[in-house]
Amino acid sequence: MSRLIQAIIGPRVPADELRSRPARYLTPTFMFMVARILLLVSVFFPYWHMELEAPQYPKGLYLTAYINHLSGDVREIDGLNHYIGMRPLGEAAKFERSVAVWAVIAMFLLVEGAAFVHTRWAVVLAIPAIAFPAGFLIDLYFWMRTFGLNLDPDAPLSSSVKPFVPTVLGEGGIGQFKTYADLGSGYWLAVAAAVLTIIGFIFHRRAYKPLFERMHREASAKGGAP
Amino acid sequence: MRISSSIRAAGRLAIVLALAGSVLGIFAESADAQEGRRRRTGQDARPIELTPEQVTQITKVANDRRLNSDDLIAAAKTFMPSGRHDEYVLFSSGGQCGQVFAIGVPSMRLLRSIAVFTPESWQGYGFAGDADPVTESLKINGYPVLWGDTHHPALSETKGDYDGEFLFIGDKANARVAVIDLRDWETKQIVKNPLTISDHGAAFVTPNTDYVIEGGQYATVLGYGYAPPEDYKKSYRGMVTLWKFDRAKGRFDVPNSFALELPPYWQDLADAGKNASDGFFFINSFNVEMATGGVEKGNPPFEAGASKRDMDYLHIIDWKKAEAAFKAGKAKPINGFPVLMLDTLIADGILYFAPEPKSPHGVDVTPNGQFMVVAGKLDPHVTVYSIEKIKAAIASGKRAGSDEYGVPILDFDSVVETQVELGLGPLHTQFDDKGYAYTSLFLDSAVARWTLGGEYAKLNPEQPWKLVTKTPVHYNIGHLCAAEGDTVSPDGRFLVSMSKWSVDRFLPTGPLLPQNFQLIDIAATGTAMPVIYDSPIGVGEPHYAQMIKADKLKTWLVYPEIGWNPHTQKLDPNAPKKGDEGVTRQGNKVLVKMTAVRSHFFPEHVEVNEGDEVTWRITAIETAQDATHGFCIGGYNINLSLEPGEYTEFRFIADRPGTYPFYCTEFCSALHLEMMGYFHVKPKTPVAAAQAIAPGTDSR
Repeated sequence: MSRLIQAIIGPRVPADELRSRPARYLTPTFMFMVARILLLVSVFFPYWHMELEAPQYPKGLYLTAYINHLSGDVREIDGLNHYIGMRPLGEAAKFERSVAVWAVIAMFLLVEGAAFVHTRWAVVLAIPAIAFPAGFLIDLYFWMRTFGLNLDPDAPLSSSVKPFVPTVLGEGGIGQFKTYADLGSGYWLAVAAAVLTIIGFIFHRRAYKPLFERMHREASAKGGAP
Repeated sequence: MRISSSIRAAGRLAIVLALAGSVLGIFAESADAQEGRRRRTGQDARPIELTPEQVTQITKVANDRRLNSDDLIAAAKTFMPSGRHDEYVLFSSGGQCGQVFAIGVPSMRLLRSIAVFTPESWQGYGFAGDADPVTESLKINGYPVLWGDTHHPALSETKGDYDGEFLFIGDKANARVAVIDLRDWETKQIVKNPLTISDHGAAFVTPNTDYVIEGGQYATVLGYGYAPPEDYKKSYRGMVTLWKFDRAKGRFDVPNSFALELPPYWQDLADAGKNASDGFFFINSFNVEMATGGVEKGNPPFEAGASKRDMDYLHIIDWKKAEAAFKAGKAKPINGFPVLMLDTLIADGILYFAPEPKSPHGVDVTPNGQFMVVAGKLDPHVTVYSIEKIKAAIASGKRAGSDEYGVPILDFDSVVETQVELGLGPLHTQFDDKGYAYTSLFLDSAVARWTLGGEYAKLNPEQPWKLVTKTPVHYNIGHLCAAEGDTVSPDGRFLVSMSKWSVDRFLPTGPLLPQNFQLIDIAATGTAMPVIYDSPIGVGEPHYAQMIKADKLKTWLVYPEIGWNPHTQKLDPNAPKKGDEGVTRQGNKVLVKMTAVRSHFFPEHVEVNEGDEVTWRITAIETAQDATHGFCIGGYNINLSLEPGEYTEFRFIADRPGTYPFYCTEFCSALHLEMMGYFHVKPKTPVAAAQAIAPGTDSR
């Protein structure tokens, strides 16, 4: 094992140490595992909802965003949006949706990797998973803003509906529609994954920092550079 | 162990919370899918208690409007607050308007009409160009017959109970039967009876809708033949047709349908046996006198000649035996249609007669199938026949005789269970869940409630086979319809009197008056049976109706897929899709591929040359409930109803040069008026162009 690699992944846990204090070392590993699973499961759940309410739609119109697709009354909402000149929703975040599942798998693997790295470098591997929920919201806002501010000036209602920024969370309105947007269970699963990853790191440092320091001490005692 | 147990516990707690959170999230998600996340201001169905102020207010309204306490209770029983759905749907014949009406019960609000035998422009029924499949289906021997006289609707049944899938209805004037699919409430097929010009006993279904019964009425020469009235007994015949129904296809299976030749009595209403009488059906008849009228020659008129004898014949038909005889190849073709002749019916024991009091009208089978109730029309009784007694009489071989055609006649006393005196002019009978039967009394203008016997006797406090009460109706009741009142399990609760005359019940509407559908509350036992609503039917004239529990209907809210062809009930490969619209030409044949969506047609200009053969295809690429478009070309007699997802093709010759605006005829959106385009028909010659503008120039 080269020194560089050892410096990054840190010390292995001696077998007798692991046997005597299994919870200390298995807790972070287990929490990372749960975080990974939650993140993966979140792919199957909606990240964001919008409900549109108008008198002639007594059941409301629903828009649901998963990380890789849109569902709900997309066709109807697109049909209505054409009046104000908004581009079809399917044209938004095309790239993000196409890579989203692979990105989640990558985050899954990185967090898995973090369980094997026993230095503080492990945090670097987990940063994407921790930052993911915030990134999703920023991207969502970006697209809503882009679509809302770039309305077709030749649309039927372009003289009465001016460009606007749709409300990403909470209550908004456009024409006779009231909109209610909130985060979906998939998003909360991703948040739970991020929180678990952060808590996992507290345990991770608690377990491995002493081990790391011991490794340093032993290395110094041998006279070699760590 | 250095790691403290509290930290371990905290770690476990975090995991448990995360997992619980995700489970809750999943649960919340499934709830979302059900009803949406936000609670809407819906019906407040909590029990109410009136405050003294409200009582005062209601009393004041009642006094101002001169309503008594019964009226208030009736209003409370029938009023539907906005958005509340009716519990039952009454499918009513529309009589000579050729349509079917769907009416909500108990509110009695008209939900919609369904065009069947008569072109109807709102539904775009019969206004789709030259080779419209609807117009084609309305032709008889190549001639358009653009109206019908719808009499008896029949909901499809499974094990004798309505299943809510199909509705059949007969056209008395032209002997046709139609199939309506209750997924989209549209007519799918019309069959013309190849034997007879007119009918009456249609439609009635066997308990599993294997067959739809179409009984005839006025005897003619079968197969549209000719014979002078002097040859009446020799050449004229009655008939009943059994249309095989293919439920999977939603169409009649005509090659497996057949008819029975009957003596030239005037067969009347029919009803299929069920439970105890499954396998039989029953038809009334009148004019067994075989009167041929001729009042102009000094003969007695039909009304007298056909009512001379005291007894007519109840036709008892074993349709399972008839089916076996048909499958055994015993039918003979008349006008290409297989008919089991009288000799076969007699030899195979398919047809029996039982005497019935003269000129009866309805024959109605009790829910358990044990009794057949024949209403006397000119006799104040209903006569109740027992299927057990009929079966025993047939098996015994004992006959009271036979008619001129050799049909065996069973002895009246050996097949009749009882007779119940109800009043004047009994016509039709329906049933409820409390052992009561309800019979319309035309001359008395009343609905009679009476008790059944047998197993029904224990369901109510009264003696069996007795008149309980009569509720006056306004006026001249024909049919009546109780909730699922002709099935194996009637619901009771509501009954509609289909009163033929309304006279003074509504504001005068000129000399032509609406019919009056009167809702009667039959929920209580005994003599309480009040009329609780009058509903004018200003299109007519309705005859029979059936009332089905609304939740049995599996109605589509929009067509299942975009590009749906209602004629085939399939996605149509020819339906234009968004992006492949356009106008193409091959010689003088022009193909228009169009889509319709709020608020435009695509394309908006269609140019053809005078004389071109135009095939025009439109898909309504809508999915929202009620986002229906119309499409009309003025001057070309074209109007379509394009319901969400619907695809329509129509063809016509562009033989009228000029510039024709086409537009959406169903107010679809705020920019509905802008949903239009131009159909340009370039004239062949400049002269024609001048003619095309001529009307405009000489109008001032």
